[in-house]
Amino acid sequence: MMVEGHYYYPGCTMKEKGSDYEKSAMKVMEQLGEPLVEMEDWYCCGAVQSLSEDDIMHQIAPIRTLLMAQEAGEDEVVTLCDMCYNVLKQASERMKEKEDDLETMNEFLDEDPDYEGGVEIYHLFHILKEKKGEIEENVEEPLEDLVVAPYYGCMLLRPDHVAIDNTEDPEIMESFLKLLGVELIENEKRTECCGSYHTVNRSDIVEKRVEDIVGYAAREGADMIVLSCPLCHFNLDYHQRATEFEIPVLYITELMALAFGLDIEMEHHSIDPTSLLEEKGIKE
Amino acid sequence: MDKEETDEEETEEEMVEIFVMGSRYRVPEGLTILTALEYAGYKFTRGCGCRGGFCGACATVYRTEDEYKLKMDLACQTAVEDGMFLVQLPFMPAVREDYDIEEVDPEEHENILLDYYTEVARCVSCNTCTKACPQDIEVMDYVQSALRGDIERTAELSFDCIHCGLCSMRCPADIKHYHMAQMARRIYAKYEQPDSEELALRVEELEEGKYDEKMEELVKMEKEKLKKMYDERDIKEEG
Repeated sequence: MMVEGHYYYPGCTMKEKGSDYEKSAMKVMEQLGEPLVEMEDWYCCGAVQSLSEDDIMHQIAPIRTLLMAQEAGEDEVVTLCDMCYNVLKQASERMKEKEDDLETMNEFLDEDPDYEGGVEIYHLFHILKEKKGEIEENVEEPLEDLVVAPYYGCMLLRPDHVAIDNTEDPEIMESFLKLLGVELIENEKRTECCGSYHTVNRSDIVEKRVEDIVGYAAREGADMIVLSCPLCHFNLDYHQRATEFEIPVLYITELMALAFGLDIEMEHHSIDPTSLLEEKGIKE
Repeated sequence: MDKEETDEEETEEEMVEIFVMGSRYRVPEGLTILTALEYAGYKFTRGCGCRGGFCGACATVYRTEDEYKLKMDLACQTAVEDGMFLVQLPFMPAVREDYDIEEVDPEEHENILLDYYTEVARCVSCNTCTKACPQDIEVMDYVQSALRGDIERTAELSFDCIHCGLCSMRCPADIKHYHMAQMARRIYAKYEQPDSEELALRVEELEEGKYDEKMEELVKMEKEKLKKMYDERDIKEEG
């Protein structure tokens, strides 16, 4: 039984702080004729890919999701969250490459069916890449007056074997943004780390990173930063309060939805983008 | 063979051998673990509870011969088997967070369950909790629901929980499943679940004394008649 559309794994953040991303992505993908259909059930991916060679325990969570897809007759899973993409993809690759690990995993899973290793993980960008023509067609009014700083962070690009583009010089996000008609700054900080989970107990580290990343975008004249990772979004958006800057941070699907003339909610933004969007004539 | 001998032989066949904290006992087949322990001479002052599978006080861990897995059940609901290795668990303490259900405000939290029970974020999806549950609850699934802030699903999936605590005892992440789920059910009931109009109407009827006469009748009824009435009561199917 295959779903009509892309078999979609949300991850916990999409149901909480990242819900603006999910809602806008759902609308955009529907509009592009590539609807996302949420998996019937799913588990937290684990959020951090364990780097220990012998730590199989922390591979169970992502593998359960792959197993669920397998049992539903699906061989592809699509994610929106960069973090989930990275964790699921690395787990899926590991099970393909290391037979011993797969065997250990299946022995532990015990009463559950064996994972056969055949589920592929994709990110939203993989689908958008094939839909550039449709994206362009759907743009109601090109966002010509808007200067955007594209930002990738780490999870889409590192490690190399799960990267969705060139790890040092990616251009996939820029290629989508150009279709919306925006002006792009050459963002040399776009592949730098936002501080990630230091946000939990070392916000001083995150604040330094944010200062550096947002400061660069500001000096280059960007009106907003656009990205796809909910954790990067939280750090760059929320922790900007510790800096002198106030640049809105949007998910790429939010900007795309606005360019398509779709109505979206923007609830989880510490820096409210409304006045900027109104000023640029993008949102009334 | 006369009748008495047959009876004796049958009785002999019906005995099973169990081990209680290392000592061997022969007990009649068909007893529950709880009654078998009593048969063997143990007296419960705690850890026996309702004996009806509702209170969760008699959670027990056991092993059977030639089986590498530990098994978990309620001692009052599980029949003894030959070669069972038994132990009775004492009451097991688990941290329960303090909160006043009248005071907590789920709207003020991104994820209130996670804020009170942070260990939930340590779940690695091993599913050991689900395997331990004598109530066949999808324990891991409700922990995962809590992790993503879905209070309703956590409340619904955990509804049959009787707080025996086996899930938390087995959890490698030290999650306090049952306390967390109880909080979910309380929050759901108080802040999210729609109010029942029917309940309000029934309370009104009661207050108006609509059932006073019938109640009086029941109170005065002879025990045998009451029993008969109870056994013959009409139970309507749901829906």
